Amino acid sequence: MVLSLVIISMVAAGALAGVYILTLENINAQKKAKQEAAKQAVLAGHEDGVAIETAVDGFGGQFRVMVGFDQEGNILGYEILEHQETPGLGSHMVHWFKNADKPGQNIIGRKAGNLQVSKDGGDVDAITAATISSRAFLKAINQAYAEFHGTEAATGASQLQPAEKVEPETETEVTNE
Amino acid sequence: MVYFLIFISAIFVNNIVLSQFLGICPFLGVSKKIDTAMGMSAAVIFVLTLATVVTYLLQMLLVAWGLEFLQTILFILIIAALVQMIEIMLKKVSPALYQALGVFLPLITTNCCILGVAILVANGTEKLPMGAEHGMLTGTLFAFATALGFGLALILFAGIREQLALAKVPKAMQGTPIALLTAGLLAMAFMGFSGVV
Amino acid sequence: MNNALKTFTNGLLKENPTFVLVLGMCPTLATTTSAINGMAMGLATLFVLVCSNIVISLLKNLIPDKVRIPAFIVVIATFVTLVQLLMQAYLPAIYDVLGLFIPLIVVNCIVLGRAEAFAAKNSVGLSALDGLGMGLGFTLALTILGAVRELLGTGAVFGFHLYSDYYGALVFVLAPGAFIALAYLMAIINKLQKK
Repeated sequence: MVLSLVIISMVAAGALAGVYILTLENINAQKKAKQEAAKQAVLAGHEDGVAIETAVDGFGGQFRVMVGFDQEGNILGYEILEHQETPGLGSHMVHWFKNADKPGQNIIGRKAGNLQVSKDGGDVDAITAATISSRAFLKAINQAYAEFHGTEAATGASQLQPAEKVEPETETEVTNE
Repeated sequence: MVYFLIFISAIFVNNIVLSQFLGICPFLGVSKKIDTAMGMSAAVIFVLTLATVVTYLLQMLLVAWGLEFLQTILFILIIAALVQMIEIMLKKVSPALYQALGVFLPLITTNCCILGVAILVANGTEKLPMGAEHGMLTGTLFAFATALGFGLALILFAGIREQLALAKVPKAMQGTPIALLTAGLLAMAFMGFSGVV
Repeated sequence: MNNALKTFTNGLLKENPTFVLVLGMCPTLATTTSAINGMAMGLATLFVLVCSNIVISLLKNLIPDKVRIPAFIVVIATFVTLVQLLMQAYLPAIYDVLGLFIPLIVVNCIVLGRAEAFAAKNSVGLSALDGLGMGLGFTLALTILGAVRELLGTGAVFGFHLYSDYYGALVFVLAPGAFIALAYLMAIINKLQKK
């Protein structure tokens, strides 16, 4: 009785181990490709830009953003890697802050470091009805800039390592579920 | 303070049933009477907390051995075994408690909030308030608080349904539809907590 | 032949797992924020359902009655992990959306329910058909619910906008809308069946 259960479990575990080994390479490749695609997107073609990943607490939990800076620290682009903001409200941040038609809310090309929503005395228009998400988003951008600045100071302003720096601030580990 | 926030977050803001959609089956199934709802809640609080601790430790072994892909299969077996053990032990140690919880225990194995929370905590992906670190202690507290949230939702819902049984309901809405609609309104009320933590 | 057809359509309509049997409510409510998400969840469940039904039907005479349930759970969990690994490798975007609810197929009452109630008593062919019918019924229900919620919430179905999302009632994409949309869908189906 126990034997049959053990045999079934053994066969199952063996089969899974096989599939795991077969898919492992592809899973890692997919993760890498995702990271790479985000990097390409935030640098917008600037070979010498720097992509920095950071995480902050938003409205619905932690979210991760990748931000691209050029050598002067101007924002080249950003991508939201992972978020749990309210769909239809906070989730608009995926596009909101890079809308070239609306200069009030667009942050592309601006100098980061002290970006704030207009409600807090800044000059960035927050997402309608999602001020907390907007605040958190700008905090992430500023945080990324601080880190960019840190690497700049460490390596010397003239000798930036191009497009290599991808360091999550507080990494939320994506384990194999 | 952070530990207090974990409770507020897991019970009200991210209520397991009404905003995370875990444990809906018992939520709909054993909510016709407050008494049974209370029994079920107590059983869930007990099993969920214990299962989370055990699976958290197991996950450390799995990671150390590089066997994370066996997570689902081992977790569900552990939970099933744990429930069986609790049942046997309760029968021996405290027949009174067994009388109260016994019927609910077999149902708990397939309650997806147990496996769900165990996986969330083991992977360090549970929703914690700002400033809380993922770890064994916070994970256990999170599991306990989540179970309390489950109990709160279930008992509230049972209270409403007891009243609802006396109300006149359109024929097509009787049974599950009206229960779901009630749950929807309850979920809407809980949405008011969002952003608190 | 008639028997086979009956087994197949049983899960689609007469015993639709979502609308009639009210099983597997967690993924039904959680993953139907859009039609495509609902469909993906349905198809993942369909795969597990068909495979586990076939294997359990094959093994039914080899498994002693006393360890029946644990053995079924092992078989089901194996296929669930298989789906998990394959989705991570080939459909990472959908896997990210469905997340936790993929491993939770293990505790979906439909899968264990069909194993116990059907596959453990019937031939391999019929069990496969039963799994297929039930799985398709589940997929259909999730796709419809997803489409309704997506349409009411964002004005789109399968991502195609029928009207501007400005007029969408956002609540249907959020948690309460899941309960409410399913409640009314069930009521409509109840009403239609009475006639």
